[in-house]
Amino acid sequence: MAIQVASQNLLTSVPHRSTFIQNPSPVKTNYPKVFKMALSQDEIFDKVQEALVEALGVDDDEVTEEATLVGDLGAESIDFLDIVFKLEKAFGIQIPREELSPEDILTDSNLVKDGIVTSQGIAELKSRMPWANLDAFEQNPRVQDFGNLLTVGDLVGYVGSKTA
Amino acid sequence: MRWFWIDRFTDFVSGQCAKGLKNVSMDEEVVDGYWPDYPTLPSTLIIEGMAQLGGILVAEHHQFEKQVVLAKVAKASFLRPARNGDQLHYTVTLDSVQDLGATVNAVSHCDGELQAEVDLMFAFLEQGRFTDGPLFGPGDLRTMLRMMNFFSVAVDSEGKAVGKYPALCDEIS
Repeated sequence: MAIQVASQNLLTSVPHRSTFIQNPSPVKTNYPKVFKMALSQDEIFDKVQEALVEALGVDDDEVTEEATLVGDLGAESIDFLDIVFKLEKAFGIQIPREELSPEDILTDSNLVKDGIVTSQGIAELKSRMPWANLDAFEQNPRVQDFGNLLTVGDLVGYVGSKTA
Repeated sequence: MRWFWIDRFTDFVSGQCAKGLKNVSMDEEVVDGYWPDYPTLPSTLIIEGMAQLGGILVAEHHQFEKQVVLAKVAKASFLRPARNGDQLHYTVTLDSVQDLGATVNAVSHCDGELQAEVDLMFAFLEQGRFTDGPLFGPGDLRTMLRMMNFFSVAVDSEGKAVGKYPALCDEIS
């Protein structure tokens, strides 16, 4: 009887996101097909929201346009890899690393002085990432803050520029 | 360090899927000692076994030249515990491969029933960023694969037995 109870506990005490699967979905073996389709802003937002909810374990209503990935949604570096995977799969696009993380600009000694991005560096960032809103960063362009500025809205803009 | 959480490969198709099995034995310290008086293989080690299968699947896809590490457990559901005497059959399927990593879907069956379903994400380590040099000691990975019956079952996508991997052969003769 004790063992029966123990096994019951195992099944009912799993975290809330685990579900009792009666009909497991078929396992996919295809690589993502590369295709482009024109999507509306809302459609893009919905898919980005879904990817972020799955990758970061946050609720739908936390994923707003203005929410920052790192500060508000708690994304860590490994989560960015997961987010890139999910976006590539959801939209059939390729996301080269330097498009979302302009590390080469942020570590260029000609474009960064004493941890602050120069105006030339800002111009480079803007041309590399035209879909991102860099106004807030421009006020105090510290390299260490850059990772925290990316918002959900920026991601939606990025996907929009790749699927247009 | 001994860290084998599958006993044997039963199937391996390069770039597609890997299957293996794990026998749960009372003799294993962790089975007997994890939960007092209730021998069970902890779910975390089921994930580890699937990660070993999946990691080999992903690494082999790149001829064992990339260093593959488990990065994230995206989803894990366990429908029943693994008890002493059970034989778990793992099936790991390659889901997608990108420049920086890969994802796999894994399921575990016991007595013909679904026992667990796990989605895993692997990352490829860049040399010099997180590590310098190989993850395994000389010859260790090849020995592990041989002990697990890999070379006897592994075939490429056309069904031909896999050949030698230069990246595995540069240690002991």
